[in-house]
Amino acid sequence: MNVSVTEGSDRSRASREAPARGGDRALPGVAGRYIAALLFVLAPVQAMAQGFAGLGTEVEGFARPAPDPVFDFPTDHGPHNDYRIEWWYLTANLEGPDGTPYGLQWTLFRNAMAPSESDDWRSPQLWMGHAAVTTPDAHYVAERLGRGGIGQAGVIADPFEAWIDDWTLRGDWETLQMTASGSDFAYDMALTAQGPLVLHGQQGYSVKSAEGQASYYYSQPFFQIDGVLQLPEGDIPVTGNAWLDREWSSQPLADNQTGWDWFSLSFDDGNKLMGFRLQQTDGSDFTSATWIAPDGQTTPYSNGAFSATPLATNADDVPIRWQVTLPQHGVDVTVAAINENAWMATSIPYWEGPVTVTGSHAGIGYLEMTGYD
Amino acid sequence: MLLVAENIHKTYTTADGPFEVLRGVDLRLDKGETLALTGESGSGKSTLLHLIGGLDTPDQGTISLDGKDIATLDDNGRAALRRGTVGVVFQQFNLIPSLKVADNIAFQARLADAHDPDWTGHLVTEMGLNDHLNKYPEQLSGGQQQRVAIARTLAPRPRLVLADEPTGNLDEDTAAIVMDLMLELVAASGAGLLMVTHSQALAARLSRRLHLKAGQII
Amino acid sequence: MTVVTLQALLSHWWRNPLQLFTLLAGLALATALWSGVQAVNAEARASYDAAAATLGEGQYDRLIRADGQPMAQSTYIALRRAGWLVSPVVQGRYQGVRIIGVDVLTAPGGLGPARSEGGTSIGAFLAGAGQFFANAETAARLPGLNVVLAPDTAPNTAISDIGLVQQLLGKEDLIDSLIVLPRQPKTQAELAMVAPELTRQQAQAGTDIGRLTDSFHLNLTAFGLLSFAVGIFIVHGAIGLAFEQRRPVVRTLRALGLPLGRLIVLMAAELVLFALVAGGIGVALGYVIAALLLPDVAATLRGLYGADVAGTLQLRPVWWLSGLGIALGGTALAASGALYQLARMPLLAAAQPRAMAMAAGRRAWLQGAGAAILLMLAAILMFTADGLVGGFALLASLLIGAALALPLILDRCLAFASRLAKSVRAQWFWADTRQQLPGLSLALMALLLAMAANVGVSTMVSSFRLTFVDFLDQRLSSELYIRTEDAAQSAALIEFATPRVDAILPIQSADVTVAGQPTEVFGARDHATYRDNWVFLQSADAAWDTTFAGETVLINEQLSRRSGLGVGDVIALQGQDFAIAGVYGDYGNPIGQAVIGEAIFAQLYPDVTAQSFGIRLEPAAAPDFVADLDAETGIRPGQSINQAGIKAMSLSIFERTFTVTTALNILTLAVAGFAILMSLLTLASMRVPQLAPAWAMGMTRSQLGQLELVRAVMLACLTALVALPLGLVLAWALLAVVNVAAFGWKLPMYLFPLDYARLGLFALLAAALAASWPARRLARTPPADLLKVFSNER
Repeated sequence: MNVSVTEGSDRSRASREAPARGGDRALPGVAGRYIAALLFVLAPVQAMAQGFAGLGTEVEGFARPAPDPVFDFPTDHGPHNDYRIEWWYLTANLEGPDGTPYGLQWTLFRNAMAPSESDDWRSPQLWMGHAAVTTPDAHYVAERLGRGGIGQAGVIADPFEAWIDDWTLRGDWETLQMTASGSDFAYDMALTAQGPLVLHGQQGYSVKSAEGQASYYYSQPFFQIDGVLQLPEGDIPVTGNAWLDREWSSQPLADNQTGWDWFSLSFDDGNKLMGFRLQQTDGSDFTSATWIAPDGQTTPYSNGAFSATPLATNADDVPIRWQVTLPQHGVDVTVAAINENAWMATSIPYWEGPVTVTGSHAGIGYLEMTGYD
Repeated sequence: MLLVAENIHKTYTTADGPFEVLRGVDLRLDKGETLALTGESGSGKSTLLHLIGGLDTPDQGTISLDGKDIATLDDNGRAALRRGTVGVVFQQFNLIPSLKVADNIAFQARLADAHDPDWTGHLVTEMGLNDHLNKYPEQLSGGQQQRVAIARTLAPRPRLVLADEPTGNLDEDTAAIVMDLMLELVAASGAGLLMVTHSQALAARLSRRLHLKAGQII
Repeated sequence: MTVVTLQALLSHWWRNPLQLFTLLAGLALATALWSGVQAVNAEARASYDAAAATLGEGQYDRLIRADGQPMAQSTYIALRRAGWLVSPVVQGRYQGVRIIGVDVLTAPGGLGPARSEGGTSIGAFLAGAGQFFANAETAARLPGLNVVLAPDTAPNTAISDIGLVQQLLGKEDLIDSLIVLPRQPKTQAELAMVAPELTRQQAQAGTDIGRLTDSFHLNLTAFGLLSFAVGIFIVHGAIGLAFEQRRPVVRTLRALGLPLGRLIVLMAAELVLFALVAGGIGVALGYVIAALLLPDVAATLRGLYGADVAGTLQLRPVWWLSGLGIALGGTALAASGALYQLARMPLLAAAQPRAMAMAAGRRAWLQGAGAAILLMLAAILMFTADGLVGGFALLASLLIGAALALPLILDRCLAFASRLAKSVRAQWFWADTRQQLPGLSLALMALLLAMAANVGVSTMVSSFRLTFVDFLDQRLSSELYIRTEDAAQSAALIEFATPRVDAILPIQSADVTVAGQPTEVFGARDHATYRDNWVFLQSADAAWDTTFAGETVLINEQLSRRSGLGVGDVIALQGQDFAIAGVYGDYGNPIGQAVIGEAIFAQLYPDVTAQSFGIRLEPAAAPDFVADLDAETGIRPGQSINQAGIKAMSLSIFERTFTVTTALNILTLAVAGFAILMSLLTLASMRVPQLAPAWAMGMTRSQLGQLELVRAVMLACLTALVALPLGLVLAWALLAVVNVAAFGWKLPMYLFPLDYARLGLFALLAAALAASWPARRLARTPPADLLKVFSNER
C-alpha cells in the first residue's frame, strides 16, 4: 500500500495539526467540501487562523441562493464571483486494459474573500486545485493553490476553460479535455457527454439543512472518458465514466452540521443515484438524493428518503463500507471502497475514492467523506 | 564507669616501617574524676587521647563510654560522639577565625543541638570573656583564645573533656590561670577530664595521674 | 547543624572579602568570556536563521534573469501554466529597509512571516490591505506603513504581499526572482522553451551566506572555547585557593563533630551558590562584552559577506542558561578534585608535602603522556587536515597538547638551571621554584594558551592585512570607477571619455555556475592594466594573450581550490569549452570568478551590457574629468568612485573584521594574568613554611618578596619562549589549513618580531603585576608567622 502526497504535502501536514481540526470547532457552520473550500486559504499562513475565525458566519455582501433558479449556459459554467464558494468537481471510475479499476479526481475550488474580482494581485478570489488517481493499492494526490486576477488560476465560461497552473479542464461540455499532474503522477483525458445536464433539488436549488441553507447544484454525470494515466509503474490507457459536479453558494450549511458523506453511484442498469448525508452535532442526519434515469430524467428526494449507514471503518476510523438505501427505488446496496486508503492529505484532508456497489443493484461509483480527520 | 579503655593497640606506618605507638593500654575514668596523662614526646599520649576522642580508631582493644563501645563506630557515629559526648581542648585552640568569640563559644553546642544560653553565659562570665564577645579570635591573646576554646568545649556539657596540652602555647602565668578556670568549670559541669600534659606540676593538680612510656602505662 | 555550619563556612568570606572577590571574579570572568562570545554567535546565527527562514535563501533553487534585471509577471504565469512550481519574489529598498514581497499561496511551506503578534488577517495580507511584517526595530523605521510585529523576521527586513510590494517599490507587473519548489510535477515543459531568458541559480549560491559566515563563527567559537579553557583554569585556581585557605577550618569543624558527608554537601552547596551568583554576574558581563562587540561583528559581517545582522542584542534564554551552566559546570569540574581531596584528607595528619609531591609526580607523568599523544595527533593532522573540522581539531590538539607539555618543559628547564647554579642561594631559588611548579602550572598553561593564541591570531591578521593591501594595489588600478544607470549613459560616457582618457575598461559580468561553484564571469578588455598588475599563482605561457584572444579563461584561487581545477583543465561557459590559462589570487571574494576576453564575452552573453567602467587617466586629472562628465553627460559625481576611496573603504572593512579578534585577544590575556594572580595567592599561603627556613638562614623578607617577583617573571618568560613557536605553528595552521577550508584561499605568512616582543612584554607585565601583590604580602609576613612554622607541628 502506498499513499502518495505531492507538492501540497508540507502544507497539509501542518494544517491537519492545527487549523483544519480547530476549524471544525471554530467554524461550526460549515462542513464537507465547504470546509475544504473555506479553510484552504488558512493553510499557507496557518498561524493567522485566529484572524480568520469569523469567516464561517460572515456572509454579508455575498449573494444567497434562491429557489427556482433558471440557469443560463454556458454562462453558468463560469464563476459566480458574488457567491463565496464554488467548485468544478470531477470524479471518474476507470478501467485499465487488464480490467484493473482506477479512480480519478480533478477539482477546482473557488473561495472568495469579497464578492468582487480584480485583474491584479488584489483579487479576493482564491483558487485551490485537487487532483488524485486511485489504484487498488495506491493513492496519488496533488494540490495547487493560486490567486485570481493574475492569470494563474480561474474559470472562463465561453469558451469554457477551468485551470490552475498547468491543470486544465476545457471544451464545450459536449467534449472536454482534462489534464493534471503531480510529482509522481499525471493524466491527460478526453471526455464526451452521453446525456444531458442534470439539476439537483428543485431545478438546481439544493437544500442542505432543515433551516433552509442551500446551494445551486447541477451535474453532468454522463461523461464517457478515456485517456492515459502516467503512474510510477508506467503509462496506463484507461476508459470509463466521469461525473462532473457544479455547485456554488455563500453559506450553504447549518451551524450544527459537521461533516458530510456524498455518494455518486452508477448502476449497471444505467440508472444513477446522487445522495448525501450531512452529519449533525445532535447525532441525526440530514439527507438528500437525486435519482437519475438513463435518459437524464431526475427525481429529487428530500430529507429522510435516502439513508447511508457505516458498516466498517479502516484503520483511521473512516467508514469504508456503507449500507445505502433508497426504498422508493428498491435500492438497498453495500457500497465498498476499492482502496480503503484514498485519503486526500491536502490542506483540508478528506477521503475521496472509487467504490463498488453490490446488493439490490450492482455498479460502481465515487464516495467522498469529510469530518473524519 | 564513664570511660573504660582496654588493651588499646595502635600502629602507624612511617617511612621507616611500622611503628607501634600504643601497646596494650588500659585506662579507666569515672565521672567527675580528673586524670592526667603524662609522658615524653612520642610516648603515645596524644594518640591515646585522639582514640578516646573518636578522632581516630584503635587497631585493637575496646573503648567504651558509658558502657558503649566507640571503637566500632563509623565516621558519622564518631562525629556525633565528638559533637556532644566528648569535648576536646586543643593545644592550638583551633578556633574558627572568621567567627566572633560569641559565635565560636556557642558553635559546638549549636552543632550538637544542645545550646543552653544560661550555661553558656555562665561559662563566658567565669572565663572573663564578656568584654570580648564581639571580637574575632585574632584580636585576642593566646590565653584568651584558649579560654574561648575551653568555653566552646564545655558549652554542650560533654560527659568527657579531653585536653591535649591545653596550656602548651601559653606562658606560665597565663597557663596557671587558664588551668584554674578549666578545672573549676569542668568540675562545675560534672564531666570527667582527661588531660595530656608533659608538665608534672599541672599533672599534680588533677585527681589521678598515669604515665605513658613507649606505648604502655607504667 | 546545617545553619550553624553554613554560617561558619560563609563567615569566612565576610572576614576575607578579597578572597571572596577573587573567587567570584574568577568565576564571573570565565563565564563572561564564554557567554559573551556565545551571545555574539547566537545573535548572529539567529539573524541568519531569520533571514534564511524569511527568504528561503540557500534552501531553494531560484530562477533569475541572467542580466539580473527583473522579469515580467507574465513570465511567472507562463511558467506556472507550463507546470513549473515556482513562487514569485519581488524585493527592493524602501527607506533603507529591505522590502520583500511574496505570494503566500505558492511559497514553500516555511517561507513568509512564520509568526506574528496579535490579531492579523489573511485577508489583509492577501488582498492588499497593507500589512507588512517586520521585527520591532525595523517597524520603527517604517512609520508610514501598517506593520505587524513578527519578531522572527530577518533584521532590517519587512515582508508583505507581493502585490503590495510591487506597488510600493514601483515594480508593478515585475518579479525579481522565482523560488523553485523542491518537488516538481511529473510533466513540465523545458525551461528554455517557456522562459529562455531565465537561468536557474542553484540553492546555496549567490545569496547564501552560511558557508562564509561559518568561518567567522568558527573563529569566534574557537575563541569561546579558548576562553572557556582559560576560564576553567581560573575557576580551578580560585577554588583551589578557597579550599587551601580553609583547610585548617575544615579540620577544626570535623574535630568539633561535623560529619564529613554533611561538610562536603554544605561546601558543595556553598560553591553552587557562588557559581550561581558569579555566573549571573558573568552572564551580565558577557552581555556587556557582547553588546560592545556586536556592532563590530554586525558591521564586519555586513561588510565582508553582506549578511544583515541585527546590531542590537536580545536577551536569549539559551545563553543565559548556557552561561550559568558553564559557571556551574566549570565550578563542578574544578571543585570535584578539591572536594575529593577534602574527603580523603585525614582528620589528624598535617599537610603531607611528600605525598602531595608524589601525587604531583604521577599527575605529571600522565600529563606528559597526554601531551605526547596530542602533539603527535597534531603532527599528523598538519599534513592530513583539509576541512574546517580537521583544521580545528589540529588547533585543539596542538594547543592542549602544548599546554599539557608545558609543566614538563619548565621542569626540565629549571632542573637544568639548578645544576648550573653556583651559589647556595641560587640553588635554593631554582629548587624552590621547581617545587612551586605544580601549583602554578595551571595558571602558566592559561598564560601559554593566551599568548599562543595572541601570537597566532595576530600573525594571521597581520599577514592577511599585508597581503590584502598589496592585492588592492594590484587590482584597483584604474583611477576612476564610474557606474552608469542605463545603456544610454554608458554610451554617453564612452563617447565623452574616449578622446580624453588613456583607456576605458568596461566591467561586465554574468553569474554562472562552474563545476558546481557559483561564479561570476567577467569580460575584460585587453589592456596593460590587467597584464601588468595581476599576479598569477600559476599560469600557462602567454596567458593574457590567449585569454584576450578568446581562447582561454583565467580563474581565481577560490574556484580553483573548490573545484580542483588548475591550469590546463577545461571549463565550459555557455556550452563553449575554455582551457584554464591561469589562476590568480582573489582575496576577500567569497565566490568563484573567471575572466575571459571582451569579444568572446559579448558573444556568449549578448544580453549583458557593462554599466561599470574603469577609467585610466592621469590621477591629477580625475577631479576635472568627473566635473566635466557631469556637465556634459549628466553622469553625476556620485556615480564615480575614486580608486583611493575604494581602497580606503575596503581596508576599513577588513580592519573591522579583526576588531573583534583584537578585543578578545586583550581580554584573554587579561584573564590569563588574573589566573596567575590567583595561583600565586593560593601558593602564598602554602609558601610560608617553605620560606621560613630561608628567612631563618639570613634572607630578609624583602629579599624573599623580590625573589617571588623574579620567580613569577622568570616563569612567565619561559612560558613566553614556549608560546612563541606554538603561536607561529598556530598561525601557520590558521593560514594554511583553516583559512583555505573556510575562505578558499591560502595566505602567505609573514613574521612580525616587533609585535611578538611587545606581546611578550605585555605578558611579563601581566605576570609581574599579578605577582607583585602576593610578593608584597610575603615581604610583609609578620616574623611571628614565620616563627610559628617552627613552633607548630600541625
